Amino acid sequence: MNHRTTLAGTLLAGALLASGCTGTGGSSQGADAKAPDDPKTVSGTIKVLTQRTDLVQDGTMKKYAAAFNKTYPKVKVEFEALTNYETEAKIRMNTENYGDVLLIPAVIKKTDYPRFFASLGTRAERAKKYRFTDFTTVDGKVYGQSPIGVTPGFLYNKKVWQQAGVTQWPTTPAEFLTDLKAIKSRTDATPYYTNFSAQWPLTSWTAVNGSVGCDTEATTKLADGDPWAKGADLRVGDTLLYDIVHQGLIEKDPTTTNWEASKPRLAKGQIATEWLGTWAIVQFQDAARQAGIDPDDIGFMPFPAQVGGKFCAVVGPDYNLAVNVHSPHKEAARAWIDWFTDKSGYDKDNLAISPLKDAPLPDVLKPYEDEGVKFIEVSDAKGAEVKAIDDQSEVGINKPEYRQNLVDLARGARKGSLDSFLGDLSKKWADARKTVDSR
Amino acid sequence: MTDTTEKAAATAAGAVAQAAPEPAPPPRTARLWRGLTPWLFLIAPLALLITFTYAPIANMIAYSFTDWDGVSPELHYIGGQNYTEIFTREDLFQVFFVSGYYLAASVVQIVAALYFATILSFNVRFRNFFKGVLFFPYLINGVAIGFVFLYFFQDGGTLDAVLALFGYHADHAWLGTPASANVSLAGVSVWRYMGLNFVLFLGAIQSIPGELYEAAELDGAGRWHQFRYIIAPGIRPVLSLTVILSISGSLSVFEIPYIMTGGATGTETFVIQTIKLAFQFNKTGLASAAAVVLLLIILAVTWVQRRLVPDSADNRMDLG
Repeated sequence: MNHRTTLAGTLLAGALLASGCTGTGGSSQGADAKAPDDPKTVSGTIKVLTQRTDLVQDGTMKKYAAAFNKTYPKVKVEFEALTNYETEAKIRMNTENYGDVLLIPAVIKKTDYPRFFASLGTRAERAKKYRFTDFTTVDGKVYGQSPIGVTPGFLYNKKVWQQAGVTQWPTTPAEFLTDLKAIKSRTDATPYYTNFSAQWPLTSWTAVNGSVGCDTEATTKLADGDPWAKGADLRVGDTLLYDIVHQGLIEKDPTTTNWEASKPRLAKGQIATEWLGTWAIVQFQDAARQAGIDPDDIGFMPFPAQVGGKFCAVVGPDYNLAVNVHSPHKEAARAWIDWFTDKSGYDKDNLAISPLKDAPLPDVLKPYEDEGVKFIEVSDAKGAEVKAIDDQSEVGINKPEYRQNLVDLARGARKGSLDSFLGDLSKKWADARKTVDSR
Repeated sequence: MTDTTEKAAATAAGAVAQAAPEPAPPPRTARLWRGLTPWLFLIAPLALLITFTYAPIANMIAYSFTDWDGVSPELHYIGGQNYTEIFTREDLFQVFFVSGYYLAASVVQIVAALYFATILSFNVRFRNFFKGVLFFPYLINGVAIGFVFLYFFQDGGTLDAVLALFGYHADHAWLGTPASANVSLAGVSVWRYMGLNFVLFLGAIQSIPGELYEAAELDGAGRWHQFRYIIAPGIRPVLSLTVILSISGSLSVFEIPYIMTGGATGTETFVIQTIKLAFQFNKTGLASAAAVVLLLIILAVTWVQRRLVPDSADNRMDLG
């Protein structure tokens, strides 16, 4: 018995000690991944972590790698697709072995970037050519680059909307609701599909931030003020979602929605509208093609709000590519990132906005140009603070839970009023802001 | 590992030193080996047990005293702050009400499993077939079950279609309100775990000697009396084990609600909440503390239950 207790004690103590030295050491901190001078000489095998399981499986990524090898013949590119990217990458980042090129997981604190990633250069120099540099800038150095830019908006079936007699994009939330009602009464389509069950599509409602007030400092306002104050962007967006659900303009049973099935259904005109982003257009067009329908029936419209008679569309980065600070082949990794953002055509294949400042807009956004929609980039200077407040408060503006609760509230599966619900969020946010500031 | 062997070696050496004056002792090395042998056999199971059970638990307990976010190299020791937070935040414990649905469901589950096990232990036509049918759900992967039942409960899905066959046209969103969603999910869990209980009961019932039934029949005991006076006392240890497993299972429900609703519409359980704290809000420290609290609650419930319903001394079961 005595032996057993001492043995258990030693083991416990050992485990406690082992857990004390979690995480990667900061030895390589501050490393740079410089662009190679001569593409012919750079060599090595690099592993690229990606969330695009589909592109790895259908061989598209291999094609990119083959094209890359024409310029960089001595670099071998391998891909590893993670189905549950966020969680898996997070766990792997407790070691030094997390690929050579990876997408920066949302969980990593901005201030920790220099510990995990090699710098791609100074902000001053990169911002001349690329968009979204401030999303990954720490102390003047840039640590990541998104290969595509996206803007949130409503995907809609043009025919259904026309059938309902709507020819102009709605310009206010009230007008949008009227249009959805017209769709409900004049067509057989479900006016709006929530994707409640798939959860993550609901989080794109946070992307209204910036488009309502056409304000490039919208994120800073989240950090400094109340996101659900009267007239604030998130309150306007959440109120619209509430009204859509409350007025019964959604599918009959949101709790068993099916994301994959919603794509062909929207293409066929059984669903009229979904709030997503430019990144989704290509998927819905594919679904239309497979269903034998003209992909041009899929339309895209901005959030129904105008400032000075103009719509506003916020262009933001997708996942940012970065170089592992422990990678032995930083030049090759850097070469891949540069080539993938500038030359691969990944942005065009995804009908997305190019991260290059001087590139033209994709064709799908032609109607935006015709309507004179103003494109803005929201400053991310206070992005790290917003994330800290969000985690501390457990509100989760980029997590599905609070929007699911909002939808439940709106359809009567949860008690309370919209005002008290949003008031509660404001209170949590304000309380968390105090503790985060005091740190 | 080396630690274990060294310790064993030291113990063995100590024993040798003490036994020295004995007449004609076997050679030193042989005695050493004899002392070591049981440990050598234990190496593999101990290594597995320590690596996959005790080390993670020790880690979890260590994290519960820190403010770690799960990935940052920096973590600070913050004492019992996480525990204070857990016990001062009512909302963290409200989710235990959901466990009530699963507790109620486990009563149904145990009664149904007992009923089927009793019936199928007698000579019934196709009884092996029915045994298979009842046990089958337990063999299916939990994730698959979650997805299958999402279709089952869908608007116009399997359940609605079946009800329509009987002329009942349900226009009901099964996962739509907290009560109905929890009942539906608890129903899925009954469907899934009844097979396991059933097999445990069946095994216990079949270990009862057949002569007892014959004797009982000669004395004129009917099926009910056989159950009441032979089967029920005979399977008591297994029954009490099942009850303990059901209660701890109800407190730590996870995969079915997580896959089917993700905790939406009032179906969040304590474990889902813990997962959300750890992986959505990056409060790994707080989540570890919550997991420790759940572990303690389950241990306490088991202990209380063992005190209230002790096993009779003659057929005690070791629950480990």
